[in-house]
Amino acid sequence: MSVMHKILGGAAALALSAGTLVAEPAMIFDLGGKFDKSFNESAFAGAQRWAEETGGTFREIELQSEAQREQALRRFAEAGSNPIVMTGFAFGNVLAEVAPDYPDTKFAIIDMVVDQPNVRSVVFNEHEGSYLVGMMAAMASKSNTVGFIGGMDIPLIRKFACGYAQGVMAANADATVVANMTGTTPAAWNDPVKGSELTKAQISQGADVVYAAAGGTGVGVLQTAADEGILSIGVDSNQNYLHPGKVLTSMMKRVDNAVYQAMTDGPDMETGFNVMGIANGGIGYAMDENNASLVSADMQKMVDDAAAKISSGELMVHDYMSDDSCPALSF
Amino acid sequence: MDFLTIIQVLDSTVRLATPLLLACLAGLFSERAGIFDIGLEGKMLAAAFFSAAIAAMTGSVWLGLLAGIAASLFLSGIHGLASITFRGNQLISGVAINFLAAGMTVLIAQSWFKQGGRTPSLMSEGRFNPIELPFAEALSDVPFLGPIYSELISGHSILVYVALAAVPATWWILFRTRFGLRLRAVGENPAAVDTAGVSVVGLRFAAVAICGVLCGIAGAYLATGLQAGFVKDMTAGRGFIALAALIFAKWRPWYALSACLLFGFLQAIALRYQNIDLGAFTVPVQVMDALPYILTVVILAGFVGKAVPPRAGGEPYVKER
Repeated sequence: MSVMHKILGGAAALALSAGTLVAEPAMIFDLGGKFDKSFNESAFAGAQRWAEETGGTFREIELQSEAQREQALRRFAEAGSNPIVMTGFAFGNVLAEVAPDYPDTKFAIIDMVVDQPNVRSVVFNEHEGSYLVGMMAAMASKSNTVGFIGGMDIPLIRKFACGYAQGVMAANADATVVANMTGTTPAAWNDPVKGSELTKAQISQGADVVYAAAGGTGVGVLQTAADEGILSIGVDSNQNYLHPGKVLTSMMKRVDNAVYQAMTDGPDMETGFNVMGIANGGIGYAMDENNASLVSADMQKMVDDAAAKISSGELMVHDYMSDDSCPALSF
Repeated sequence: MDFLTIIQVLDSTVRLATPLLLACLAGLFSERAGIFDIGLEGKMLAAAFFSAAIAAMTGSVWLGLLAGIAASLFLSGIHGLASITFRGNQLISGVAINFLAAGMTVLIAQSWFKQGGRTPSLMSEGRFNPIELPFAEALSDVPFLGPIYSELISGHSILVYVALAAVPATWWILFRTRFGLRLRAVGENPAAVDTAGVSVVGLRFAAVAICGVLCGIAGAYLATGLQAGFVKDMTAGRGFIALAALIFAKWRPWYALSACLLFGFLQAIALRYQNIDLGAFTVPVQVMDALPYILTVVILAGFVGKAVPPRAGGEPYVKER
């Protein structure tokens, strides 16, 4: 009996010390999947950069269903991972419930605000970035009609659409914005066929630039836009390279920086509310050799001016999520 | 809604209905022979992946199509083995195939291409490009009929025409050939077929194999006709809508065509118009998305005609001892 006790005690001590020694960060990807060429992939890139620079390792899981959210969070928290970073608004409710149970673990959630002492909430001013690419779309459009294709119809995606429409109107008050959502279930993030069909429908309504904020569905949008010879705008990550010369620009949401920062801060991460916008480099638009020929000097100047005004606070872009309405677009 | 818009919506209808139609006819063969198949979704998904993967590697869309059909046939073989040879539960076998396909496609894609469960984008020769029917260009100026011919009938990929041709072919096989008569009989009363000295097992395997080929074409159309590559779960429930269409069509080929066109049309309308304003009230887009399922339930409940499934459907055939 006493031998057993010693063994058990030893094992427990070992487990405890292992727990404190390792304390590796963990990363939870949302249903869109780690390689959605967009939001989650950007998060993965940030975690990867942290791992390469520090030589550390991180644990990760790609969710397959809604039911796994709480399970995954608790598993990582109990295994001693710290901090635990998760992507996606859908974690909001679950995290608010789980976080108080693990007061010594730090959590970072992207795209949602969770008011707990051990949670860092990172939100992005997507409407600002969408405003910039909306201006570019309006200037690049010859038909004065531009399109927006969203993924799942949630307030966050409407925020993209609303910022975009405001940008379009700012650059060309006569322009028309055709906005569509792919669906109302998480399947809408991964339905490129529907994305293609929506693009074709928008083209037949006259759109010659489409902005896709739709995760994996956007792959179909960009493909069809390239096939049909119109311009498209990517989202979250830099997607210009997917169809060189056919993608006008990408609205960059530096999820990678947010993840990288959280992992670098480690268990001593400061918690609270973080807003990433144009002012602090969390939001921007992508310029590289793939789209250099598409963006004229005028266009770039106008967009950079607007960006400067937004970051100085001179220009306010309306945030759909602040009052659930949009002055430039009706849904 | 002007004339051109109607043409465009119908054009979109044809594209959206084609995978449904192929999968629906696949299910028709299988279920008419007494084998329920809810694995249509999984077979399409596997075919979509393998057609895109092989087309990406070889650069030939035809090899891709063959690979897609082969993958779908393989899953059909598993379904046949489980439900015909070993007399297992057909529904469970179908569900297993759906799960198997959903997991395996992403796993193999990740191991082959390292792009996170997708295939590389296909170049032009790796895809089924739209084909122009003769005189489409010349006739496009003819009023009324011109746009119908050049926009709506011409300019689809070859698989669309294959799918449309499959409808009369299915009707002819099922209702005008000896094989078709036996196939239907085996779904209604396998004991009688057995008594006549015809192999029940052989017929059912033949039906399941035809089902595999058609699902293979449907999957290949999704990945290489409509899209330029495979993305995880890209079938997005189309196999289940096809099943709903099959019930809606009361297990008949021509009705299947109209059911699939109707469901495709509903989708096309939903994609074109987010909310339909009917003056007094607006129809939200979700209603259009749900309509195929609602209609199927209405049919099943017996409000509009009666949907009678093949009598021996779902039951493994046991020879008397």
